[in-house]
Amino acid sequence: MKPFGGAVVFLDRNDINTDEIIPAKYLTEVKKENLKNYLLEDLQIDGFDPKGEKLARVKVVVTRANFGCGSSREHAPWALEVNDITLVIAESFARIFRQNMFNCGMMAVELPAATIEKIFKLADGDVTCDVDFAGRKLVFKTSDGRSESTGFTTTEFDSALVESGGWVEFADARY
Amino acid sequence: MGKTIVEKIFAAHRRDEPFPGTQVLNLDVVMCHEITTPVAIADLEWRDKDRVFDSTKIKAVIDHVTPSKDTKTAVQAKILRDWARRHQIRDFFDIGENGVCHAIFPEKGFIRPGYTVIMGDSHTCTHGAFGAFAAGVGTTDLEVGILKGVCAFREPKTIRVNLNGTMPFGVYAKDVILSVIRELTVNGATDCVLEFRGEVVDNFDMDERMTLCNMAIEAGATCGICLPDEKTADYLRDFIKDDYDSKAQALTNFKKWWSDDDAVYVKTLNFDVSKFVPVATVEYKPDQVKPLSELTKVRVDQVYIGSCTNGRLSDLHAAARILKGKKLATGVRGIVSPATPKIFDEAMRDGTMAVFRQAGFRVTNPTCGACLGMSNGVLAPGEVCASTTNRNFTGRMGAGGMVHLMSPAAAAAAAICGHLADPREFM
Repeated sequence: MKPFGGAVVFLDRNDINTDEIIPAKYLTEVKKENLKNYLLEDLQIDGFDPKGEKLARVKVVVTRANFGCGSSREHAPWALEVNDITLVIAESFARIFRQNMFNCGMMAVELPAATIEKIFKLADGDVTCDVDFAGRKLVFKTSDGRSESTGFTTTEFDSALVESGGWVEFADARY
Repeated sequence: MGKTIVEKIFAAHRRDEPFPGTQVLNLDVVMCHEITTPVAIADLEWRDKDRVFDSTKIKAVIDHVTPSKDTKTAVQAKILRDWARRHQIRDFFDIGENGVCHAIFPEKGFIRPGYTVIMGDSHTCTHGAFGAFAAGVGTTDLEVGILKGVCAFREPKTIRVNLNGTMPFGVYAKDVILSVIRELTVNGATDCVLEFRGEVVDNFDMDERMTLCNMAIEAGATCGICLPDEKTADYLRDFIKDDYDSKAQALTNFKKWWSDDDAVYVKTLNFDVSKFVPVATVEYKPDQVKPLSELTKVRVDQVYIGSCTNGRLSDLHAAARILKGKKLATGVRGIVSPATPKIFDEAMRDGTMAVFRQAGFRVTNPTCGACLGMSNGVLAPGEVCASTTNRNFTGRMGAGGMVHLMSPAAAAAAAICGHLADPREFM
């Protein structure tokens, strides 16, 4: 199972699409590692710098609704993965992106809008997210001592993909 | 309780239900292109599992960047080409024979009513026009599809979209789907199938149904779907004539897939298309749609006619009717990409290409081209394109560029005006 948890980046916008996560011009790469420098390159949100030092330390993305919409490119989860980001938490996801995350053994966790809003209230400071996968619990902490905790759910299938390391491993063992 | 067409297709293809709510389906067609497949091929090789579940059910094409533009895209093409040869994939289309995947595969008769289809491409939903369940997937799903011929999906929910009324003059399938997406929003159909019904869909030809289903993903839908009927049978005639004794028999077979009258839908939307007008997108999301009559101040630098949404022969005809005897406005670049070699050849033969050339357009080979800014037709920062494609995302056609999505007729009107325009004024 992949490691989950660590420093959080907040992307405060709905409908962030996979062209913004990794632009099409980089889809000519056949090695996932080569996507590392281009993560979120075309994303324009006030205060967000895709080339900044902060994104380099991040392990968790927290965002709003419909993250990962648009193109089916699995290069989007891969660009996250090669930057050691294995967990995206959002109000909702586009279907293909969500499936791609779990297919790679990563997690796309959906939380109610009100819970996401509470987590966003911590965003003025440096935030880390501790993940208890077995207990299905997330704890967000700021450096000045504030925190939010919440449970989360994953479907049985998605849980099996996370535990087995992904869909290829799961399918190869079963079909 | 009755079933929807997609529930019937799921029931007929169910391989396994590993967990409640997760259906693993047997696949009839696995389609591949050179952008999302090479990584799957490399992974299969790395795992020492370089096999295909059934070479006759795999279809492959080099379409996104063709001819290759640099070493990296040449390598992608080579990986797909070598793999197709190694596994004796007969239905592989390379330079000279290749075209945009979602145009060439239907044209070859590969998609049939009741089929399950996946591809590592979000616009795979196009093939629902034939009454198939066709879903875009990522590379890992594609890899498992290639190796095992299966794919996992959640239980489908269906939104029924009733399209009734008379199509107004100057309003096309593209205007219809953009108007539907405006209502649904970009995630209004996530985890759902859009079942298009009503007299408008019945009257649409297959090109129009493909345009309709093509953009289902822009509302987040897993697939768009139409009930297969006489139009479907006529389109597929050359490919199915040996399978059935008569068209009537084919239709009887098709109808077994039709949604039952008491099928259950999560939602039903009713549209009276008589009220629709020619529209285009504004800003960066495909649900941001406005009447073209309100957008005439928007100047354009480039006009692009092509793609899996609107690069078919009837689309080129619609644009050519407006362009005939006219010239591109000063400073406007016109690019037309017929979606397949057959469309290219027919447009040459019937004089459509001459109209484009005389208007000052450049005709490219069949390719995905400018749609996703990977090869030709890329915009410079600050430039604006009137485009018949499917996505107006930030940077889609080039960093800093702006894309307005519209019908081929509207794009042609923009080409001769130099700004967005209501095509009805030129018809």
